[in-house]
Amino acid sequence: MDITNNKSESLWRKGEPWVWMTGASLALTLLITATLIVVVMVNGLGVFWPANLQQLQMKDGTRVMGEHIKQEPMPSGEGDRAQFKIGNREINGLDFRWINLPDVTETTEPKDAVAIEREEYGNFYGYLTGVRAPGLEGTEDQDVLDLFHQKKEVVENLEHRIEALADRIQVLSKQMQELRLEDQRLVYNGVKDEDPELLDVRRMHNALREDFTILLNQQDELRAEQARYRLLLEDANGIKIDLPLSHVVRLYQPNDMGTGSKMLFYGSKLIELFLGEPREANTEGGLFPAIFGTVMLIFLMSLVSFPMGVIAAVYLREYAKDGPVVRLVRIAVNNLAGIPSIVYGIFGLGFFVYGIGGTLDQIFYPERLPTPTMGTGGILWASLTLAILTVPVVIVSTDEALGAIPQGVREGSLALGSTKFQLLTRILLPMASPGIMTGLILSMARAAGEVAPLMITGVVKLAPSLPLDGEFPFLHLDRKFMHLGFHIYDIGFQSPNVEAAKPMVYVTTLLLVLIVLVMSSVAIHMRNKMKKKYSSGTF
Amino acid sequence: MTDITIPDPVIEVEKFNFYYGDAQALFDLNLSFPKKQVTALIGPSGCGKSTFLRCFNRMNDLVDIARMDGNIRLHGTDIYSAGVDVIELRRRVGMVFQKSNPFPKSIYENVIYGLRIAGIKDKAVLDETVEKALHGAALWDEVKDRLSESALGLSGGQMQRLCIARAIAVNPEVILMDEPCSALDPKSTARVEDLITELREEFTILIVTHNMQQAARVSDYTAFLFEGELVEYDKTQDIFTNPKNKKTEDYITGRFG
Ligand SMILES: Nc1ncnc2c1ncn2[C@@H]1O[C@H](COP(=O)(O)OP(=O)(O)OP(=O)(O)O)[C@@H](O)[C@H]1O
Ligand SMILES: [Mg+2]
Repeated sequence: MDITNNKSESLWRKGEPWVWMTGASLALTLLITATLIVVVMVNGLGVFWPANLQQLQMKDGTRVMGEHIKQEPMPSGEGDRAQFKIGNREINGLDFRWINLPDVTETTEPKDAVAIEREEYGNFYGYLTGVRAPGLEGTEDQDVLDLFHQKKEVVENLEHRIEALADRIQVLSKQMQELRLEDQRLVYNGVKDEDPELLDVRRMHNALREDFTILLNQQDELRAEQARYRLLLEDANGIKIDLPLSHVVRLYQPNDMGTGSKMLFYGSKLIELFLGEPREANTEGGLFPAIFGTVMLIFLMSLVSFPMGVIAAVYLREYAKDGPVVRLVRIAVNNLAGIPSIVYGIFGLGFFVYGIGGTLDQIFYPERLPTPTMGTGGILWASLTLAILTVPVVIVSTDEALGAIPQGVREGSLALGSTKFQLLTRILLPMASPGIMTGLILSMARAAGEVAPLMITGVVKLAPSLPLDGEFPFLHLDRKFMHLGFHIYDIGFQSPNVEAAKPMVYVTTLLLVLIVLVMSSVAIHMRNKMKKKYSSGTF
Repeated sequence: MTDITIPDPVIEVEKFNFYYGDAQALFDLNLSFPKKQVTALIGPSGCGKSTFLRCFNRMNDLVDIARMDGNIRLHGTDIYSAGVDVIELRRRVGMVFQKSNPFPKSIYENVIYGLRIAGIKDKAVLDETVEKALHGAALWDEVKDRLSESALGLSGGQMQRLCIARAIAVNPEVILMDEPCSALDPKSTARVEDLITELREEFTILIVTHNMQQAARVSDYTAFLFEGELVEYDKTQDIFTNPKNKKTEDYITGRFG
């Protein structure tokens, strides 16, 4: 027999086309993923780089100043048009403007052009012409920028004092709120108006209110003082603007900045992003509350779903008698993963929020009804909902990990006189731990990406306070919270100024991806360590 | 058949039947095993040797469909009677399996596993046990410098001896061995056989084997099982030189099985 073959047949026999096909489909998948990551990275990372300010002289005599965003051929085919971020919303109405480049006679980048990030109305682009402040007459010859920095410090000091007052006011109003609730409770319990306890409560409340009013007045005075510090600005066309100095978040002259100072600027923006509070309907400022909410949500979720899933899987694999029922349960658990997450959200709303939360309210806080205390969305209910959503993942992977442990090891332990529980805790769970970790990683990744179920169980676009803070009892599981995923949806699709919000959408997306990546990398690192320790090599 | 009297029996089996569901695996077994001797169980594949062996430490309890009747007595106590603590029984009747099954832990932890689960924490006792058990299993010299390394890094033969060390560390009376050498090369087999001969000084050993030479080399008594029934039980010397039953003769001369 001739064992040499003709060429085309041997090609099939070697299976090369098959190798190409599988390789190509893998490459395609990777390409799509990589494109997504690159798009998010490029757009997200570039957001904070201070762009130069261009001043355009138009044919009709007007001038436009702004950041060049993008450029494309005009639909009519005559030259290019470019999009500029022109800021100055109170003058221009819109932050962005398309400009037909043939209409531009001259483009300059004036060194003294300033960009100002403000608390309101978005960015300002133009020129700083003067500073007005108490006791500033006769210093007109001083450099305005120096003056600005001097006075900015003064205003910031005032701001600190206002904030300190605000903290005290908050404490007072908390106490007053508690007294009001106590009052409500007493009345609810049928106590008469002349009851000494009730009178006591009301007297204390009134005393607090006096303090409260005094503090409020002090705060108002400080605000008035602050309002006397102002910046005099002019836009590119010479329109004057009088801006309270306290509204300035950042003032910089991008055209006069070298790479070094631009990098510093970038760094300070990043710090603000990670540690700051959001501003301007979430389209500016930091993401700290959202980052915090996301991480804490995932953490709480794991705290519930991890033990619950592992224990359920242990029962399923080690204790339940194998039979049709167990097999049915296994199939059912596998299928649970396919239920749309909004269904879980509705279940969470009905069961946790209205069911459990509502019942708790009726038992513990009947006097506050119909205002709900626990019977409204909060981080606890949201994380429980996510836990239910992800628990099948943990069950399936734990079950499979336990099932992969050879019978010999179990018998070895039992034959030495171990109880089933000892076998489980000393041998089986450690050996299954890499698989269990895989389940945890998958469930965390899934939970981090879920938004729909959160929207009806407690996420908000702006939460007044974090679910974990210095106020007793420190952990406030009933509070509403912010979340990066919801943040993306909110600023990207619900914000009145979508164009201005776009950079923040990219940044938030990048951050969410990063958080998932960091959490999974930590878990994967732990899993690999466990794998090394318990790898069942030669069974 | 059991026409032989055992002088000092540790285990006595009486009218013992065993079933997997409706299928009977062992038929009316009556025999005793002598103290501090090696007894070999031989017979063709599927005749019920493993099943029988696993009755002595009640490992068959793990099989849902298993059922039995009759008696197995350890020092006169029926091990299937209601008051028996299976945990305690398994501490007194150790087992070595066909496939070595070390735990994914250090060599040290493997050896003292039986003590740990019994709640013994005294470091001095544990250290002493490890050394004694590893000496007993003729493994000490090979592993004494790597006690804290994973047991999974040992060779197949070393692992099997580690499993023997693990079994003798809890100081049982009886050691059950189910084809302990079937996965080992001749050299490792020889070491384990030597070991069995040494262990005989202290322990009562029941060993299942397919290797006639091995049975002849290491055992004092031999029981031949065929299709769940005890065909012949005698001193090893006698059974190999002068089998009374035709089937036994055919089996040990390699004519079937
Ligand atoms: N868990 C079980 N469920 C049902 N039947 C079983 C089970 N284990 C063993 N059997 C049956 O019981 C009989 C005896 O099996 P056993 O494993 O004791 O044989 P053996 O003598 O050890 O064979 P080998 O020499 O091949 O190991 C066989 O027919 C086998 O199919
Ligand atoms: Mg067998």
